[in-house]
Amino acid sequence: MNPATTAKVITLTIDDRSVGAREDQTILQIARENSIHIPTLCFLEGLTPAGACRLCLVEIVGTSRVLPACTTYATEGMVIRTTSPALEAHRRTVIELLFAEGNHICAVCVSNGNCELQDLATELGVSHITLPYLNPTRPVDASHPRFTLDHNRCVLCARCVRVCDEVEGAHTWDIMGRGVDARIIADLNQPWGEAASCTSCGKCVQVCPTGALVEKGKAVAEMRKRHALPKLITRQQEHGS
Amino acid sequence: MTPEALQQVAKAEKDAIARQPQRIGVCTAAGCLSCKSGEVLKNLQTALERRPDIPYRAAGVGCMGLCAHGPLVSVEPDGLLYQDVKPNDVPALVESLATKPLAEKRCDTTAPFFIRQTKVVLDKFDVIQPERLESYLAAGGYTALMDCVTRRTPAEILDEVKRSGLRGRGGGGYPTGLKWETVAKANGARKYVICNADEGDPGAFMDRSVLECAPHRVLEGMAIAGLAIGATAGYIYVRAEYPLAIARLKLAIRQAEKFGLIGDHICGSAFSFKVEIRLGAGAFVCGEETALIASIEGRRGQPRPRPPYPAERGLWGFPTLINNVETFANISAIITRSADWFASMGTATSKGTKVFALAGRIQNTGLIEVPMGISLREIIYDMGGGAPGGHSVKAVQTGGPSGGCIPADQFDLSVDYESLKKLGSIMGSGGMIVMDETSSMVDVARFFMEFCKSESCGKCVPCRVGTTQLHHLLEQVRERRASRADLARIESLCDMVRTTSLCGLGQTAPNPLLSTLKFFRHEYEELLVDNHAEAPR
Repeated sequence: MNPATTAKVITLTIDDRSVGAREDQTILQIARENSIHIPTLCFLEGLTPAGACRLCLVEIVGTSRVLPACTTYATEGMVIRTTSPALEAHRRTVIELLFAEGNHICAVCVSNGNCELQDLATELGVSHITLPYLNPTRPVDASHPRFTLDHNRCVLCARCVRVCDEVEGAHTWDIMGRGVDARIIADLNQPWGEAASCTSCGKCVQVCPTGALVEKGKAVAEMRKRHALPKLITRQQEHGS
Repeated sequence: MTPEALQQVAKAEKDAIARQPQRIGVCTAAGCLSCKSGEVLKNLQTALERRPDIPYRAAGVGCMGLCAHGPLVSVEPDGLLYQDVKPNDVPALVESLATKPLAEKRCDTTAPFFIRQTKVVLDKFDVIQPERLESYLAAGGYTALMDCVTRRTPAEILDEVKRSGLRGRGGGGYPTGLKWETVAKANGARKYVICNADEGDPGAFMDRSVLECAPHRVLEGMAIAGLAIGATAGYIYVRAEYPLAIARLKLAIRQAEKFGLIGDHICGSAFSFKVEIRLGAGAFVCGEETALIASIEGRRGQPRPRPPYPAERGLWGFPTLINNVETFANISAIITRSADWFASMGTATSKGTKVFALAGRIQNTGLIEVPMGISLREIIYDMGGGAPGGHSVKAVQTGGPSGGCIPADQFDLSVDYESLKKLGSIMGSGGMIVMDETSSMVDVARFFMEFCKSESCGKCVPCRVGTTQLHHLLEQVRERRASRADLARIESLCDMVRTTSLCGLGQTAPNPLLSTLKFFRHEYEELLVDNHAEAPR
């Protein structure tokens, strides 16, 4: 956030704690500033929030709907609950739905041990998948000389789409198709290696929460990513370097 | 054109009607056209040309409602309505004009289907020629716009719409006046009006019919909205599956521009309002307002979290008013006949009338407009004639994939926003699909879940994967492979999808399932593998 902002200062309550904030801040930003943990997956600092994964949903006293912390702005006097038995259950179901949707086999994944989906499952206590696995048939695109896109491990968080568009400015990635058939495409649904707009900067790989976008040549559990990259770049841009 | 010049045009058209009162109207809406009403009209016109002794003239008019018996043909001033008129019935029909009415083709216009209707949105569809602006002018069209432009301030228009109690006819039922006022008050260098004509509910064809039969009524409503909220441009987002509606809208916009009713300096005033058409590419989710806006902007049709609502930040970031076709079609009547008149119809919280499309297992398939507060029984049995072939009506599905099924024993329910919601359904845009005792409710739920699953945009997890899982579980139930535990899982997953989905599509996707489960639970339980085991409850 720009320190020179003139936004009004407000007070609100998160999980019984009274906290001060500015009214141009989202609930998630305020919670993080105050070391209150809210699980997220599609959110990444430095990128436009999407509100797509629904993990950061919080309860706001006085409204019947639950709202995503990443896109909801705080208002004066708001009383927020970041956790409740119902919210916890919903979050666990989101994780279960994701595991059942793709083909997530941790034991053979290059991101094993460095995967946000895996971390979330551990954090939220998802030890079993009770829903039937969809076992989709999905391709792997290894046409790029340095990177690989494995659709089997993609959770459609669209971080790659956003970092490529908003930070790199190339907009190589986008999404095509609907529902569970939606998938990430390069340019006009070409093999990644043939996508003319791709600058091979690798930002998409660094922000991908799972093993869907990875560097070539990595063995199981060897892929480590730099998720802070967009935050660092956008901060530098804000400070006019 | 000035209001005076337009009144001259209207007068000339009215005089022509007075000189030639013997008129035959052939329905040229999509339903009747698909049963060759176009050919009927052409045959009638050539036959009448050859018979100068018969003074009648034939023209294509709008929908007359009883789509089950199309093509429909009206004969004025005799007040006759003929049904099921085939192209080869024309010689007999022409002959009957000189002798006596054709008894076997007569349609009883004193039947409840016709006399129980109150027409506001569908008013004069049987005389307005959809492709002629003059015809709409003669029917009193555009007087509301002229009145607003020359005599009323935006505040007065807002007040009139607010007092009318009109609520959004797209399904949500948000008070229209309040929405207009919010956009009028919002700060923005520009403002937009959007007409949502992306009618995608299975079995619903109200908006299509309105656009096909009286496109000018919608344009007039949009222009009045533009004047009231301070917008100078409007978009009509219409689905590409409605080619006739699109063609007539395009023609209507060209005509209205030519007559100075749309475009720069409307009726010679300082108010300018342009209207453009945008076509949807067949995605149901684009009926959701934020996805619709994204689609108009040229981006992928995906919803975004609200707030901010389009009223604050909509098309290209500017305050935007989005209303449905039927909502806009109500506006001119509210202006010309007053808010009090409109508010005198309907119930305490749901004012005016509502257009419904009757479909499914019902005798009188078609389009009706009834006052709010009418009972479902009147609609289904009295007007609709019940189920055909001696079958009994089991339930009616309202609100499409976002609505629910209402069982026949609840048909005394008054049709208004609150009552339908209380039963787990919604008013929706006005589709009513009637089911008889041969329909399996599990199948109905599975059909709508399949629809939602394939129409989900895939952005948020609960809707994308949740609907897929629910569809899968319903398949299991249908194939007698599901257990009580699976049924419990269906219910908890429904709750999760409803609570956590990003937009209305996901939030309402479980409704058909939950409502059938509420009223027809035994149909599910009969299919469970452990049905005969000791019941836990």
